[in-house]
Amino acid sequence: MADQKQTVIPITPAVEVEQSLLAVKQKIYPRAVHGWFANWRIALVVFTQLVYYGMPWLTWDKRQAVLFDLAARKFYILGLVLWPQDFIYLTGLLVISALSLFLFTAVAGRLWCGYSCPQTVYTEIFMWIARKIEGDRPKQIKLDQMPWNAEKIGKKTAKHMLWLALAFWTGFTFVGYFVPIKELAVSFVQWTLGSWEIFWIFFYGFATYGNAGFMREQVCIYMCPYGRFQSVMFDADTLTVTYDSKRGEPRGSRSKSVDRQTAQIGDCVDCGICVQVCPTDIDIRDGLQYECIGCAACIDACDQVMDKIGYPRGLIRYTTENVIQGKYTDQNILAHALRPRTIIYSMVLTTIISVFAYTLFNRVPLRVDAIRDRIAIRETGEGLIENVYRLQIINMDDKSHRYAISVAGLPGIKIADQVSSFEVATLQNFDAVLHLQVDPALVKTPSSPVQFKVQAMDNPKLTKIVKATFLSH
Amino acid sequence: MSDFVSEFWNLFVTGIVVLSLIWIVWFVRGQTTSKLKPGQKAEVIQKAWDGDLQELNNPLPRWWLSLFYLTIVFAVIYLALYPGLGTYKGYYGWSSRGQLQAEQEQATKKYGPIFDKFLKQDLKTVAANPEARETGKRLFLTYCSQCHGSDAAGARGFPNLTDNDWLYGGDPDTIKTTISNGRGGVMPAWGPVLGEQGVKDVANYVLSLSGSKHDAKLAAAGKDKFATFCAACHMPDGKGMQALGAPNLTDKIWLYGGSEATIIETITKGRNGHMPAQLEKLGEAKVHLLAAFVYGLSQPQTK
Repeated sequence: MADQKQTVIPITPAVEVEQSLLAVKQKIYPRAVHGWFANWRIALVVFTQLVYYGMPWLTWDKRQAVLFDLAARKFYILGLVLWPQDFIYLTGLLVISALSLFLFTAVAGRLWCGYSCPQTVYTEIFMWIARKIEGDRPKQIKLDQMPWNAEKIGKKTAKHMLWLALAFWTGFTFVGYFVPIKELAVSFVQWTLGSWEIFWIFFYGFATYGNAGFMREQVCIYMCPYGRFQSVMFDADTLTVTYDSKRGEPRGSRSKSVDRQTAQIGDCVDCGICVQVCPTDIDIRDGLQYECIGCAACIDACDQVMDKIGYPRGLIRYTTENVIQGKYTDQNILAHALRPRTIIYSMVLTTIISVFAYTLFNRVPLRVDAIRDRIAIRETGEGLIENVYRLQIINMDDKSHRYAISVAGLPGIKIADQVSSFEVATLQNFDAVLHLQVDPALVKTPSSPVQFKVQAMDNPKLTKIVKATFLSH
Repeated sequence: MSDFVSEFWNLFVTGIVVLSLIWIVWFVRGQTTSKLKPGQKAEVIQKAWDGDLQELNNPLPRWWLSLFYLTIVFAVIYLALYPGLGTYKGYYGWSSRGQLQAEQEQATKKYGPIFDKFLKQDLKTVAANPEARETGKRLFLTYCSQCHGSDAAGARGFPNLTDNDWLYGGDPDTIKTTISNGRGGVMPAWGPVLGEQGVKDVANYVLSLSGSKHDAKLAAAGKDKFATFCAACHMPDGKGMQALGAPNLTDKIWLYGGSEATIIETITKGRNGHMPAQLEKLGEAKVHLLAAFVYGLSQPQTK
């Protein structure tokens, strides 16, 4: 009977249920985006890849312009030949990279992640290929749900073939930075590649295929440490991708003619496009999250929608936490970009870059080591004290030089050898054995510092002074 | 070759490795699920404290776990192929000694022909070859310069190889023998036999042999003692005996020093010079090059 109330007693299971604690990756289908920020991303993809794929093919002085010859332990960067002893420059470069990262992250958030990181760049290229073959988001979803027919097999095969080809080319180019790429190409065609070269080409190619084709946001969310510590590099004045909830809430769909003030609704029409375009599948309207890589796709998407319904742009925009909290307005953001944190970063960065550039450009391509023979000191027939030294002269220049050696540091000290200048071929090292003699009456201490000066006879600028010790007892 | 002396350690190590692998797999599997009461959320380990702080156990991505299992599979395969389970050598029988041996064999194959080319030639020909001299110089700087000096001019107790003055003989084959088999330059201690005054006398006589400054009276006293005790090795004229390595006392070249005090010390305490044998360490080819180089040091260079 309709009016007879039946009490329903909910039966809850009293036992514990075993549940899996694993997150199975859900495939994300980001929708295509067009807009100002998207154009910047495309520009950076083009620029970075032109450099990456193009550089190994450039030549300089009959050799590859950029080559990291690990086997011969020489790094060629345009006109510069760096030896393992120049490792300090790599350190300097890494310090500069780290500091610049801190600086621009403090200013405008995850610019690296959204615009220039190789993970982002290759993912974008692979997504572009997928869109060209399978279509945009709705078509991709439909294709995946379809049973395996000729169309699906054809499209999937074509997509993966193109992906593998690009991945292989990427791996090949990578190895081309370490082995001259033209020779590499020839050996590949003749199938005479060394086993390590084959390994690295396919390893790096496979990594590109895997990361850009499948892993994608899993790298950013789980693997990359930058995502985890980016929050310590932000402060309340950092420009981040932000949803203006004061303006947008309460959200809801409405017709174009509705007046928002009277209807008491916010600007957000809840179209969900900002979620559809997100490559890490988050909802930016929930606030800043660590998964957000700052690619600004949601900004472009929302601006397009706002344009369509005649609302002002900027519902999702680059702004700071302080602006949202009302401390100042968007117009004053640039003024706040200049603050102690960014000023200090800039000063330190400028100093280090200057020192780096100065030492690099004034680098003398000559290295000298002086080692005193550890055998007992000698007394010559004339009563002079003699020490024997081995001078290792490394000519790091790209042409041969004749180096003259002189000595200073003790009164009357002289080189007793008849020959005190030596020819050293380009990129070679040479051991010169020298005898220093001193009148013991003029030496006050048992151990005295002396200096060898090694100077190229055809270029006085190529000079190195190296310290050694003279023992007279 | 096992460093273990008892079979126990082999079993111990193997047991720990195997048990650890099994335990790791069991433990990680256990962490992948959780028994939850109805309504309890998997992610929350501890409920809120300090207002809104919660301890979470967010789910691990499945691919991460798959990769982890892959590493276990890798470990098992690795332990089958390489040493790790106690004294089991692994299917490949790899050892660091074996790797060194393989690399040395490769080096011999690569560089052997260069050295063998010179080994076939006689020492004087090799000494005249500039390429051989360069190689010899590098070998010398590596193996010999620690005692004989970078310039081969020696030091106190280590002969000067450039002065054409030889303890055991300066022809190329003798030099090669010296390098190959080493030398032991032993001079007995005459202090107890001669007494302090006797030693002083002999020292001055020895100084007189080379025309150095000496006390004539003491030298005259030492002459007979020299003939009795020293001439047996150093020859009556003091010119030395290369068969024994007894130095020539009539020249101004002194291995340990030519002052009266040093000569007194030499006679009193004796000497024990030691040149190590190089043949086993370097091999005949390198010794051949070194002998030629050393021989060439005391020859006039024709450029």
